[in-house]
Amino acid sequence: MTVKQISVFIENKEGRMKKTMKALGKENINIRALSLADTSKYGILRLIVSDNEAAVKALEEDGFIVRETEVLVVFIPDQPNGLNTVLESFEKDKINVEYLYAFVSNKVDEAIVVMRLENMEAGKSALEKNNITILTEEDIKNL
Amino acid sequence: MVWNEKAECMEKEEKEQMQLERLQNTVKKAYENVPFYTKKFDEAGITPDDIKTLKDIEKIPFTTKEDLRDTYPFGLFAVPDDEIVEIHSSSGTTGKPVVSGYTEKDLDIWGEVIARAINMANGKKHDRIQNAYGYGLFTGGFGIHHGASKFGATLIPISAGNTKRQIEILKDFQSTILTCTPSYALYLAESLEKAGVSLDEINLKSGIFGAEMWTEAMRKQLEEKLGILALNIYGLTEVMGPGVAIECPEKNGLHINDDHFYPEIIDPKTGASLEEGETGELVFTTLTRDGMPILRYRTKDLTSLIKGKCDCGRTTVRMTRITGRTDDMLKIKGVKVFPSQIEKALLNVEGTSGNYQIIVTRPDLLDEVEVKVEVSREVFSDEIRKLELIEKKITSAIRSEIGIRAEVTLCEPESLPRSEGKAVRVIDKRGLDKG
Repeated sequence: MTVKQISVFIENKEGRMKKTMKALGKENINIRALSLADTSKYGILRLIVSDNEAAVKALEEDGFIVRETEVLVVFIPDQPNGLNTVLESFEKDKINVEYLYAFVSNKVDEAIVVMRLENMEAGKSALEKNNITILTEEDIKNL
Repeated sequence: MVWNEKAECMEKEEKEQMQLERLQNTVKKAYENVPFYTKKFDEAGITPDDIKTLKDIEKIPFTTKEDLRDTYPFGLFAVPDDEIVEIHSSSGTTGKPVVSGYTEKDLDIWGEVIARAINMANGKKHDRIQNAYGYGLFTGGFGIHHGASKFGATLIPISAGNTKRQIEILKDFQSTILTCTPSYALYLAESLEKAGVSLDEINLKSGIFGAEMWTEAMRKQLEEKLGILALNIYGLTEVMGPGVAIECPEKNGLHINDDHFYPEIIDPKTGASLEEGETGELVFTTLTRDGMPILRYRTKDLTSLIKGKCDCGRTTVRMTRITGRTDDMLKIKGVKVFPSQIEKALLNVEGTSGNYQIIVTRPDLLDEVEVKVEVSREVFSDEIRKLELIEKKITSAIRSEIGIRAEVTLCEPESLPRSEGKAVRVIDKRGLDKG
């Protein structure tokens, strides 16, 4: 039930973000969620998109290094303390979060959180145990 | 099988006699027809008649790259314009370009030495040679072209770049021999992997790679990734272009075509001749070139010579793989560093690309080194700390190779500058005189 996220290596210099967006736009690929992790020299652009295969192809054709990574995507109540319910479920099982980012959709009331965990399997069971809805790729298409 | 058994397997005495006659002839032509040489000889107080033995070559003053630039563009041509049929030129990335002129006979000899190379790479007349050296003023593209037509193989003049098309041609035409720079060959191999093209879909059996320095580790990678025999070819625009020296499948040094190019090794500091086996600067004298005879040209390439018969049966003198250039050698924090050492360090870190650039600066009083490395698919991770770990691994590999800490930066593929398909390996921003 994990979802595939696309990660792109981009150098920290002008015009690089734009070039990735252009590559995706050209192929009519819609971005559902996006996050940029950066260091002083380069960054990793993480994307949840409408069509992974087409996105990878478009980016690689433009010379980018791309990788697909499994992530967990969940709904959390869009209210104070919402994210905590998820983190609490990890705390008990000592599950470490590599990174996470959140977005909202106007089609649902919940906020949506994308997570990469040190131990994805354990994380998944912890979420299931706590009745937290894990989204499938199909769910994301409908957002 | 040897392409030209008479020339490539000649006995020592016969070869030396031939070389002496050709040298005397070349010296005479140069002295009589090129004012630059007349002046040099007069200043040194010698005449062509002083060349009585091969050893006498040491009396002739050296020719340097600066001399070639000073006589730019046609100052060293030794024949009237109507005999020159082709001109090539270096790109001039480090200054004024160097020009080389060829007569019909010169082109024929160029073709001959390249034909020897194709033969060494197991070439047959039915082979299809995908020539991915750049066509143009650069000697790479046309050099191979002339050689393939002399040899009689099928030449595919695709020129450098356009990787997608290269892959298509490799698949559709079933090219059997690839000729290009080793760094491009490696890039092409990686692109094939990326495009999901398996070795079963292509038909390469060998590759002739040159025009830039490379290493044994790179050869291993190329042979594995492309399933080929990868051979080294050496040459320089000043002397002819590619084909001055070529490797046979024994891979034990490059056979210098010493019936056309006479090699010497000198101490780069004193100019004194060195013995067989000693490493020093390679110096070439052309023995048969009419259009532009070159006497004792200092190549700035560092190598040593191997005499005696090779296991392949050829007797031509061999040179070891170029390990550095007198002007490539960097002195960083007082330590001698060659780009080939960085390359070696990179190949010790699994998955890294061989494409790198060394940038030396002196922001304050101390030297600082940055090594930029193009990120490869294998090492790219979604997590910053894993990328940082790769940088650390590269840093420590470089440190154990050269003893200096370099700042390692990963950068995007194909983001490092290339000139004529050759990678630009060193940028020295210290503004020092290399002396």
